[in-house]
Amino acid sequence: MALIEIKNLKKYYTTPRGLLHAVDDVTLDIEKGKTLGVVGESGCGKSTLGKTLIRMEDSTSGSIKFNGKEITGMSQREFKPVRTQMQMIFQDPYASLDPRMSVSQLIAEPIQTYHLAKDKKELDDMVGALMDEVGLARRLVNSYPHELDGGRRQRIGIARALSLNPEFIVCDEPVSALDVSIQAQILNLLMDLQAEKNLTYMFITHDMSVVKHISDDICVMYLGQVVEKANYQELFINPMHPYAQALLSAIPVPSIHSKKERIILKGEITSPIDPKPCCRFAARCPYATDQCRETEPELKPVTGNPSHFVKCHRAEELAAAQ
Amino acid sequence: MSTEKKNLLEVRNLTVHYETDEGIVEAVNNVSFDIAPGEILGVVGETGAGKTTIALSIMGLLPKPPAHVISGSIKLDGEEFLPSLPEPEGPFDFAKKGPWKAEQKKLELRFREIRGKKVSMMFQDPMTALNPVLYVGDQIAEVIKIHENISAAEAEKRAGDMLEVVGIPRERYKEYPHQFSGGMKQRVVIAIALACHPDLIIADEPTTALDVTIQAQVLQLLRNLQKEYGTAIMLITHDFGVVAEICDRCMVIYAGEKVESGNLEHIFDKNMHPYTRGMFESLPNLEEDTDRLKPIKGLMPNPMDLPSYCSFAERCDVCEEICKSRNPELIEVEPGHEVACILVTEKLAAQNNAKEVK
Repeated sequence: MALIEIKNLKKYYTTPRGLLHAVDDVTLDIEKGKTLGVVGESGCGKSTLGKTLIRMEDSTSGSIKFNGKEITGMSQREFKPVRTQMQMIFQDPYASLDPRMSVSQLIAEPIQTYHLAKDKKELDDMVGALMDEVGLARRLVNSYPHELDGGRRQRIGIARALSLNPEFIVCDEPVSALDVSIQAQILNLLMDLQAEKNLTYMFITHDMSVVKHISDDICVMYLGQVVEKANYQELFINPMHPYAQALLSAIPVPSIHSKKERIILKGEITSPIDPKPCCRFAARCPYATDQCRETEPELKPVTGNPSHFVKCHRAEELAAAQ
Repeated sequence: MSTEKKNLLEVRNLTVHYETDEGIVEAVNNVSFDIAPGEILGVVGETGAGKTTIALSIMGLLPKPPAHVISGSIKLDGEEFLPSLPEPEGPFDFAKKGPWKAEQKKLELRFREIRGKKVSMMFQDPMTALNPVLYVGDQIAEVIKIHENISAAEAEKRAGDMLEVVGIPRERYKEYPHQFSGGMKQRVVIAIALACHPDLIIADEPTTALDVTIQAQVLQLLRNLQKEYGTAIMLITHDFGVVAEICDRCMVIYAGEKVESGNLEHIFDKNMHPYTRGMFESLPNLEEDTDRLKPIKGLMPNPMDLPSYCSFAERCDVCEEICKSRNPELIEVEPGHEVACILVTEKLAAQNNAKEVK
């Protein structure tokens, strides 16, 4: 059974200019112990999806099931024990930590909130154990975030997320503010923790090479909608949606031998406010036809591969033509 | 006169320190490099490696104080742009203060003439580089008005042309930066940098704040413009992918020192410095599946407290006793490929000795 089941999840924001469709009709499952990578450009709703999933934002409509239990309608009191099971690691380790709290206070905060430690001694032991787990030297226990570099700060963020022994963690661009050499350390740590504790991740990023490295399944989002979902190998070898193809071809590869054909998209992401009922990528798509500009395609499995979903009228026709 | 071989920019032994209350930050240490006309040089390094400080010294934009240029020379088209007189020692050093101030003033006036005209700079964040209360068109026209003796109407026309060059319709001249998206703002910044057709553009992480699809557009635009106008570009980045995409040569900076430089083949396929190798190994690979990444252990040393030996020694996998004995010197392992690593130097010396014995 899937740990997380999302059905027709929608999150709209009211703005003076109309309804902003941040997350529009997303249906997803995340298996226990697996990592779902979510990629897309800034403003495509990836972070909102993550936040809505753990109820940091209330959804407009749709259902979210965690371990088979519906969590969207729960009251705060009912939801509190569930929240310990779902945690989040934030993007910017410079902004997500309170500068006035020391490392030990930061890590102890969630434990104290949920009264998980009997006394001071047990709390200190738990904090120490968490610091060992995420690779923070114990001598840093009394230092403040500004004294630490980005990698160590991100380790504090991870320790905080782990402190309540969650089953599911939403990682919202946890490495994009870090240098490559530090990025690799944090990615390794996240993967080790997953193997050790059988954690389930939703990994939000815009970096395709990172997402390929860490994910089991990847979904590509465009303007609030999932346009393609597949196993990571399948997606990289055989992307079907024109947007996924362009996104993959645009990655600068750190090698001078891979001279691949680049698809340069025209224009930029269109407005998510009151979008027209058509394919949202049609305006930038090199293959768009009148059908694309008039009716909205459905997210449906590709013929012959039931685990590969794509939301495009012409995907199969184009794949056959190639 | 051989104009072919002449370098557009020559930086020699540049050393820049920031003097702060906590101590002296050795931001750039003894860095030398050249840029030929029409060449794209990639400068790669981690946060805090001193990339931006190098760029600011070339533009004459270092914040003084706290920055102090300790030594070095920056020549643009053969003209020296660093002061020749020593800095006064404290506020009461009247003997040196007078002539030093006069020289600073002269240099600043000269810098104002060349900034935008000969060298221009593109900053990392297009959201903050533009003035939010002026029309984007006027911000481009401003550069042209300052440097060229033409009427306001003419400058406006030229600014409109520049907008079209970077792919923005002329009709959007009278719009404000907030009406543009991130990629378009970066195009406006490129238009400002190119407005007077400078010989050299210093681009400080021009695509870091952009999405990949937009990054591809901006890189393509930069490359086309470079071909069309023959502008040399110094591209500061931390992404080897971007370097592979558009650069001719590349230099790797670590803790304020140049550790390796060469053409793309040298850096990508024949790299020798353990830091360059480590950087490549720590990148997730798109083509092959890897179970585990190989990060570089540890952190960059504190620039206030650099060791007297190789600054990479503490993080290096192949570090030996000898690495902690002295500072490595930059040697040329083959024409155009320079490496600063004691082990490489030693190995090369051993090979040469062996040849002599034979």
